[in-house]
Amino acid sequence: MSSSVASLLPVLAAAEGGLNWQGFLFLLFAVLACSLAVAVVVADNVVRMSFYLVLSLGSTAGLFFLAGAEFVGAMQLMIYVGGTLVLLVFGVMLTAQEPFVAIKTPVRDKLLAGLVGGALLAVLLQAAVSGPAWSGSTAEGGNAVASSSGQPSATPLGMALLGVRVDGDVASGEQSPADGQVRSGYLLPFEIVSVHLLVVLVGAAYLARSKRRKSSGGQGGGASTGGMR
Amino acid sequence: MAEYLIQTMGLPGWLTWSLLAVLSAVLILNLMAGGALVFIWAERKVSARIQDRLGPTRTGGRFGWLQSLADGIKLLAKEDLMPERADKMLFRVAPYVSFCASFAAFIGLPFAFDMVALRLNVGVFYVVAVLGLEVFGVILAGYASASKWSLFGAMREAAQVVSYEVPLGMCIVVPVMLAGTMDLVTIAEKQSGWFTNWYLFHDPFTFVVFWVYTTCAVASVNRAPFDLAEAESELVAGFHTEYSGLRWSFFYMAEYSSMFLVSGLAAILFLGGWNGPVPIASLLGLSEGSGESTGAFVRLLGLANFLGKATLGVLFMMWIRWTLPRLRIDQVMTTCLKYCTPIAAVMFAGAMTWLWVFPGGC
Amino acid sequence: MNLLFDPVGVSHYLVVGAILFTTGLVCMVVKRNALGVLMGIELVLNGANVNFVAFGSPVLRGEQASILGLDGQLIALFVILLAAAEAAVALAITLNFYNNYSTVDVDRADDLKG
Repeated sequence: MSSSVASLLPVLAAAEGGLNWQGFLFLLFAVLACSLAVAVVVADNVVRMSFYLVLSLGSTAGLFFLAGAEFVGAMQLMIYVGGTLVLLVFGVMLTAQEPFVAIKTPVRDKLLAGLVGGALLAVLLQAAVSGPAWSGSTAEGGNAVASSSGQPSATPLGMALLGVRVDGDVASGEQSPADGQVRSGYLLPFEIVSVHLLVVLVGAAYLARSKRRKSSGGQGGGASTGGMR
Repeated sequence: MAEYLIQTMGLPGWLTWSLLAVLSAVLILNLMAGGALVFIWAERKVSARIQDRLGPTRTGGRFGWLQSLADGIKLLAKEDLMPERADKMLFRVAPYVSFCASFAAFIGLPFAFDMVALRLNVGVFYVVAVLGLEVFGVILAGYASASKWSLFGAMREAAQVVSYEVPLGMCIVVPVMLAGTMDLVTIAEKQSGWFTNWYLFHDPFTFVVFWVYTTCAVASVNRAPFDLAEAESELVAGFHTEYSGLRWSFFYMAEYSSMFLVSGLAAILFLGGWNGPVPIASLLGLSEGSGESTGAFVRLLGLANFLGKATLGVLFMMWIRWTLPRLRIDQVMTTCLKYCTPIAAVMFAGAMTWLWVFPGGC
Repeated sequence: MNLLFDPVGVSHYLVVGAILFTTGLVCMVVKRNALGVLMGIELVLNGANVNFVAFGSPVLRGEQASILGLDGQLIALFVILLAAAEAAVALAITLNFYNNYSTVDVDRADDLKG
């Protein structure tokens, strides 16, 4: 712990006694993700909520990168943040008329929810820090992204989605070199998800079609601008 | 470079990584800011030549370089206005969101062999994903301005960018499939040699895919004829109607740097990256690994190649902008959903078949 | 609590996951705006995703990660995809509700006759 920064927060200390970038980045992304998630709950304005959510999920993608799951991190950025949340923000803007931008919740409900949430958090944290099997760690003080970028991370995932597991394949009976297990591929879930997405596409288009049953509803974009705060 | 610093200068590992990170960040920031300045100057010149505009061909010192400087000073000195009913926090933050998304995408983009801030093995995917986040800045700006023009612009932008990501993704998958990797460095390395090795000329399907990619890239960075988000004839100035001064210039910088980014991506995916049309270095018997100075020379040559290709891409976009009229919003959507997506899908299947029939290339 | 004194490991990720999950849950319970509830769901799914990735991560667990292999990352991918699908349907329902009742307050959605 020679460095002064490292002695303040031991998480940052690497094995050789300098600043540990993995620890620092983890701390940065973790604090960002958690505090912005709390901000989502605390904020009343729905547009700001969605903004905080975007940043929170982006930070979570950073955590995925740090954990060596680069493909999942990029997927999170592309589909979650770039697709799902754009959709969500779209919905927010379509419905963001004056009375709905900030619907207040009674303080009693907030207190109750905070109490229940705090209790749940305590239980989850207890489980998270107490498990002996996973509390050990292997951070050797290097830079996580640099150390993991040697081997491709996307190829085994793609193979598994096509039904072939490089880490022990059940179909060919080939055992994993690491632990001698066999695992099944994900071809069937992959196909099911594909069909599911198609069904969702059709269903969502059917649900959201314009019906013009009541004239008071308005069509969103044009009608909502008058009420923007 | 990290190993070089650690071994020869005896710096501790963490300090080396920090220094390199700062160095990369400064280089990228300078590229974005300086690039924007140069491209704005180029845009004036190109528009003046194409449309017979007199101003930019006559004012501003030799070749009009003073005009960019004057622009910069004007933007810095301009008052930053904010509408009274605006959502103050979001209004302030929005330009930086756009800018940061552009900046973050540059982290994964290699400029020459070994000249990449962070070599990711999902490089292409990362760059495209982060580039897609730029839309948030625009949406937030549109909402926070509390102006209907801004909101219309933002809604159009959201719909357009999300739609165009579909054919764009399909086009990008084709070179990824040919190279067998998503690592941008490897993709570019596989196209080394003469220009016939470029994926643009790999087979007829990739040739078409390149042009579909160009269309979608122009649309996804909101350049004319797809600049519906800021259509000045309909929406005043679209999403940045209420912005002025420095914040507005951040939007501008984000736009020009993402233009450069998609051009660079096109250069790497289809046009051989930092490999020139004629392999000068290997004809001379040089390579990146051969000695200190020759290696540096080869890398600089690669950098020049890459920057040249990316700049040509940006100039091409300018040429399109000052030549074609703007599309209507429904025409934009038609172009995406009825033309680009099916063509990209068919070409993807075609390229796959080509790879299957001629596994070693023909 | 010696978390602050350990190098980053699975436990740290689990703590982040727990916080995201809880905030998501509270968000779902507290918000009266239908889209706010949707955001809570996204947070919950992300909390779960953080755990999946942490358990399957070779960087965090070393050779222990081979117990889970790629399953952690694969399940995280499926969660992301299904979250996208869920958001699309939920958004369609919300817009439909908004068109019919001109509100997005979920407390007002108590009319069974439709």
